[in-house]
Amino acid sequence: MTPAPARESSAASRAARLIWAFGTLFMVLVLWQGVTVWWGWVSTARFPAPAEVVSALRQIAVDGYGNARLHEHALRSVLLVTSGFFVASSVGVVLGLAMGASRRVEAFVNPVFLLLRPIPPLAWIPLAIVWLGLGDAAKLMVIFVSAFVPSVINSFSGVRQIETPLFEAAAMLNARGWRYWKEVLVPGALPSIFTGLRLSLQASWTTLVAAELVGAIAGLGSILNQSAQDIYPAMIVVGMASVALCGWLMTLALGSIETRAMPWRAAP
Amino acid sequence: MIGPPLAQRELLRLTGAGTFAFLALWSAAALSGITSQQFLPAPWEVLARFARLLTEPFAGYTLLVHLSSSLQRFAMGFALAVAAGLPLGLLMAHFRWIDRLVAPLFEAVRFVAPIAWVPFAALWFGTGIGGPVLIIFMGAFPPVLINTYRGAKFVEAKYLEAARMLGAGPWRTMTEVLLPAAVPSIVAGLRISAGLGWQSLVGAELIVASSGVGYMMVKGQAAVSTATVMSGMIAIGLVGLLIDVVLRRLHRHIEQRRGL
Repeated sequence: MTPAPARESSAASRAARLIWAFGTLFMVLVLWQGVTVWWGWVSTARFPAPAEVVSALRQIAVDGYGNARLHEHALRSVLLVTSGFFVASSVGVVLGLAMGASRRVEAFVNPVFLLLRPIPPLAWIPLAIVWLGLGDAAKLMVIFVSAFVPSVINSFSGVRQIETPLFEAAAMLNARGWRYWKEVLVPGALPSIFTGLRLSLQASWTTLVAAELVGAIAGLGSILNQSAQDIYPAMIVVGMASVALCGWLMTLALGSIETRAMPWRAAP
Repeated sequence: MIGPPLAQRELLRLTGAGTFAFLALWSAAALSGITSQQFLPAPWEVLARFARLLTEPFAGYTLLVHLSSSLQRFAMGFALAVAAGLPLGLLMAHFRWIDRLVAPLFEAVRFVAPIAWVPFAALWFGTGIGGPVLIIFMGAFPPVLINTYRGAKFVEAKYLEAARMLGAGPWRTMTEVLLPAAVPSIVAGLRISAGLGWQSLVGAELIVASSGVGYMMVKGQAAVSTATVMSGMIAIGLVGLLIDVVLRRLHRHIEQRRGL
């Protein structure tokens, strides 16, 4: 009942948070079992019981569901996202840095960018399907579009946030061309670049799942699609959990790349 | 050194050149006959299609009717997200036990992309209005909650101490200290959440809806009418911009009133 006190010691607070987290999750499991099975408040046709989810998980992991087994679906989606994300963000970061470094490039590219920017990534899905069909090419296109915009914007603003003394020092030391990029622009913009990459990754993951929901042979989104058509709630939960878990793992991986790329910054 | 801003004429010249290059490339590709006009219409054909969609019904309704049904769903989902996220954020900032109870759940659910709720939206609501609203809610709720929480959590301790000394209970502390202190952060959160909500709505309409801009685009896709799909993208972009402009105005208005 007390208003938040100043700050507790961080180790004690972390332990307390963990205990609470596990306690809460356990309580939720008990409640879940309760409302679906013991008291029967929620029909399992609308939301599955925990045991059903476990058996659905076993089914998809061992026998497969929707043309493939769980790890094949997951691997396919993750590979698609990482490859599309890699290409889009490399192009996007270079373009963003160039726009940041030169006001002329900025002025030239900006109008196109202003046109494309307000269109949400998900809105590209129908266009990708018209142009490229339901295969991987269309998926790569929507991943590219969703990852591209945030990486350009944040690399651009990263360069513009570099402080003037750094530029002055670089000019005095006569850093030009490749060295100027490698030792001034990129390191200076790196924190912001990584912010952009994180946004790009999230956006492209969401968009891929949506594109697979609309139509795909395999992939985590196609589990969702198939289970929705089969009216198989337990499998829907498995699909949602897999989407969340893979998204979380990829974010963690990017975070560890981030701390390694910027050893001069204290770990968050 | 990045250099001084460009002179007005230079800026106009380059911006014009960029716009021209984009449109010229697009038109050239469309006219060259590499692909059929259906696959890649020229810019003016898209504009003409957009104008025709305003008066002529496609997929059941005219573009404006589709837009208004999308906006209606958006308003409902967004209002629900604010109605749930704002009080919960304040409660979490004030009562530590609520914070500890809700935070792990919230973190777990947040990683589920809003669009992944589509199967349950379809299962629970069919093609009724509930489905898209659920998905907008899932997109718009987290930023409202997070920003309310952060804004209220970082209120200066002296205000809380003063409130406690003056005998304010939890209700008055939350409504008269935490809420006003959190307003700038809340409004910033509203902008993010409106953007995410609008985007999630479009995704939802691609799959579970029988009206709305997203639905119109799916029908355009099925008819292999690139011009219709692109018109939908333009409409979505314009409305998204409009929503953002309104919220940005609100943000500035509030900051001015507080003398920030």
